[in-house]
Amino acid sequence: MKTWIAFWGIVRKDMKAYYLKPPNVSWGLLFPLAWTGMFLIRSGRDTHSLLSVLPGMIALSVLFGTSSMLAVAVTFEKKAKAFERLLLSPIPLVLLMLAKASGAILFGMFNALVPVLLGFWFADLSGADWGMAVPAVLLIAVVSTFLSLLLAILATEVFEVQTLSNFVRFPMIFLCGLFFPVTALPGFLQPVSFMLPLTYGVDILHAAIQGERLLPAALDFAALVGFCLLLFALCLRSINRHWIG
Amino acid sequence: MATADNAAIRARGLVKRFGDIRAVDGIDFDVAPGGFFGFLGPNGAGKTTTICMLTGLSRPDAGSIEIGGIDCSRNPKAAQHLIGVVSDESNLYPELSGFDNLCFSGALYGMRREARRRKASELLELFGLAESASRKFSGYSKGMKRRLVIAAAIMHNPQLLFLDEPTSGIDVESSRMIRQLLSRLHREGVTIFLTTHFIDEAERLCDRIAFIAGGRIVRTDTVERLLQPIQGRNALTVSLSGGCTVPLGELEHSFPGLDFNLSAPDELRVESGEPLKAGSLVRFLEEHGVEVVEARKRVLSLEDVFVEITGIGAGSMLKEKGGGRRQ
Repeated sequence: MKTWIAFWGIVRKDMKAYYLKPPNVSWGLLFPLAWTGMFLIRSGRDTHSLLSVLPGMIALSVLFGTSSMLAVAVTFEKKAKAFERLLLSPIPLVLLMLAKASGAILFGMFNALVPVLLGFWFADLSGADWGMAVPAVLLIAVVSTFLSLLLAILATEVFEVQTLSNFVRFPMIFLCGLFFPVTALPGFLQPVSFMLPLTYGVDILHAAIQGERLLPAALDFAALVGFCLLLFALCLRSINRHWIG
Repeated sequence: MATADNAAIRARGLVKRFGDIRAVDGIDFDVAPGGFFGFLGPNGAGKTTTICMLTGLSRPDAGSIEIGGIDCSRNPKAAQHLIGVVSDESNLYPELSGFDNLCFSGALYGMRREARRRKASELLELFGLAESASRKFSGYSKGMKRRLVIAAAIMHNPQLLFLDEPTSGIDVESSRMIRQLLSRLHREGVTIFLTTHFIDEAERLCDRIAFIAGGRIVRTDTVERLLQPIQGRNALTVSLSGGCTVPLGELEHSFPGLDFNLSAPDELRVESGEPLKAGSLVRFLEEHGVEVVEARKRVLSLEDVFVEITGIGAGSMLKEKGGGRRQ
């Protein structure tokens, strides 16, 4: 019970101190709104085009929503020694890291609502399989959060983590099948795509919204879960090695 | 070394290396329950590294730590329930108010909402911060920040409190208030482990002190026993311009019973068991071509014991972090 009080304390504190700050909320709304609006205008009223870009927009919103604030917040807390307070508390490290990740995961999922709501407005989403799309959004949020947590642990300065994040996030926009299929990429780049977790999440979203898929859903989910576990294990290992050395 | 079966802190053979450097080199000590233990040494002596190991922020390369009888290598989280830690930096959350920072600290230790709100209000009152409770931490002065950090460390009523330089770089009033609060906590039975550069602060507050230099403890004893050799001794500090050209041997020959040493090239320290008279010494020095700027009688203190034992000038502590003696 006491551990869960600490867990929710960390989630609430992060929400209050970082995620629910007006600049972050407005950014979280404007960023997906601008991207989605741009693609919707470009697509006109062509429903097929709309549905083909919507999975990419959802994934993009989640990716940037989860990674924009978390990495900076963790690096800042580490530099200001505020993260020490968490490490000194009796909450187990696994739960502590999950608590830190939870705020970003929730915020990333909130960002995904913008393209989804716009999608409902401009396109016919009655055929979408939400039973598959919602877990996919959750897993994309979790995997993006753990990735950015890992970068935050490895970096020492805020500018370092921002640079590292951009080196990871922007290539994923092109390599993970967000706006065109992975199969349209040059052959030598396709193996790289399958080394990136977002590819599997976007494939599930394409299947759920458009009914077009590259891989079986079970394989996509298994790959995403595998990436989540691997990245979280790397986070724990890195924090044990670098911060509690 | 004194040992106790029920030590609040027990460290044995602690070693911490950073590459080829042994920052902490095999230290042993016990802190009795309810004790006020001072850990004194210059920068780089290994004080903060030791605190990090004791509190679970760092793992020793060798040795063992017990906190309240709990083996920290086996169960560090259980030990962390018992302790409160005041870091050398005011590391609360700038975006949260004083009240919210305290409530968050309580939540980290599993305190329920009502209990942490009540305790936070009590502590804000006790630390003279009630009027600033709703202000963001970033808007606090340095002294207020240090007070709030200490309040945050005791939110969960720890049995043992670690403080790393709690009064460094803050105003006199806040320092005095912090010292009073620490004395009060000590009287209430909290075991306190204090590192400080301010030797007089340690002398006033602590009942036992360890001197650490170069990663090794050079002496651990009660304040009374540490002060014993200097009781009844008098001292004179003579400030010179251009250094002392008279050999110390000649001074000792001319003034039998007085001990001379140069604490700095321009500072001559004289000690004796007898009352000292500055006039004859100043005249002697000036007759021998030494320019005397000032001769000052002073009371010997723990600072002199520290210099004697560690061979490190307290002046070097002053330069490093604004420590040494103060009002």
